[in-house]
Amino acid sequence: MGEGCAVWLYAVIRDDLRERLPSARGVAGERVRTVVEGNLAAVVGSVGQRDFAAEQLARNLEDLDWLAGAARAHDAVVAAAAACGPVVPVRLATMFGHDDAVRGLLAARREDFRATLDSLAGRSEWGVKAYLDPDEPVNAASAHSGPALSHGAAESAPGGTGSAYLLRRRAELAARRSAENSARDWAQQMHERLRRVSTASRLLRAQDPKLSGHKAWMVLNAAYLVDEDRVERFRAVVEELIGWQPGLDVELTGPWPPYSFAVSAGVRDG
Amino acid sequence: MTVTGPTNNQPAPTSSNLGDILERVLDKGLVIAGDIRVNLLDIELLTIKLRLVIASLETAKEVGIDWWESDPWLRGEEHGLAAENRRLRERVAALEEARENGGGRALARGRDWESGAGRDGEQAGLEAAKRGGGRHG
Repeated sequence: MGEGCAVWLYAVIRDDLRERLPSARGVAGERVRTVVEGNLAAVVGSVGQRDFAAEQLARNLEDLDWLAGAARAHDAVVAAAAACGPVVPVRLATMFGHDDAVRGLLAARREDFRATLDSLAGRSEWGVKAYLDPDEPVNAASAHSGPALSHGAAESAPGGTGSAYLLRRRAELAARRSAENSARDWAQQMHERLRRVSTASRLLRAQDPKLSGHKAWMVLNAAYLVDEDRVERFRAVVEELIGWQPGLDVELTGPWPPYSFAVSAGVRDG
Repeated sequence: MTVTGPTNNQPAPTSSNLGDILERVLDKGLVIAGDIRVNLLDIELLTIKLRLVIASLETAKEVGIDWWESDPWLRGEEHGLAAENRRLRERVAALEEARENGGGRALARGRDWESGAGRDGEQAGLEAAKRGGGRHG
């Protein structure tokens, strides 16, 4: 590779799978290739200095359009590799000066990579997000919490608009707290059921509503590592959870490369 | 499976939205210290400021990026209500103190209220009430 290039690392795979990799283009539109060391192969691409020198890269990553393109391209390469066999996905913007540095990495951490790849073989990551309609549970919760807290009681309370307002606010707050408790309960129960049909799980933080495009509360955002032969059962459990409670919406994404399980896969839980 | 370049906007083959992808490639995946260091946390900080990218940053909280902790939208209304209550309690306490004390100090305090602090407080309360009312509707 010529001067002025850097090596962008996408994923690490077993060496014997690299022949099966489809030809692919990476974050810079470059041809994706592999760097082999021992029985491991790194899926890499040579990227030019213009967009990928540290300073320019930092600026580019702050440009949402550029970031979105790079993220999709990175994910596409990792996903293509994952379609061929076990992969260790590497975080975005991991770069080396030359191929030898990549070989050094593979040699230095060979045992780790092999162990992780073995634990990920035949498994894929599935994302489950659950949303709660913010209107429906509040009504449901206030109905359960007794007549004193219902909206009707607050509105007809004597004592002028000030205390009516305070009563209404108190009722809203109580209803909301009750809804939040139910939501937490439901999320826990859903997580437990999904864990039973998966090998490992990670709880992720709820996404910004502005990004997810949902006005509903995200009450569960989790990743599950699922054996290939249990995917149907996993899906069936997700199907059961849809509409399990009023106002609850469940979304399944996947299969993903095992991003959330790239470190000590299969043992730790989020 | 087709692999697309960064300029290609065709949707990914799975049902993955941008948020899901960013969440994984920026916050998950194996961390390896490469030769060329780009501090993703810096980038996340900026994108968080723009309120466009993920809130799913376990690492961000460790370095003190935790706006979601105080974001009324994410925290729910309770947080804002608590602050509003505190302000109102302080206001009531100040008014009661002024009335009970009488004399010069209270007068001075009274003038303070008249000279704007009180009206500002009232205005803030009113706006908070409006916000509350708007949210209810």
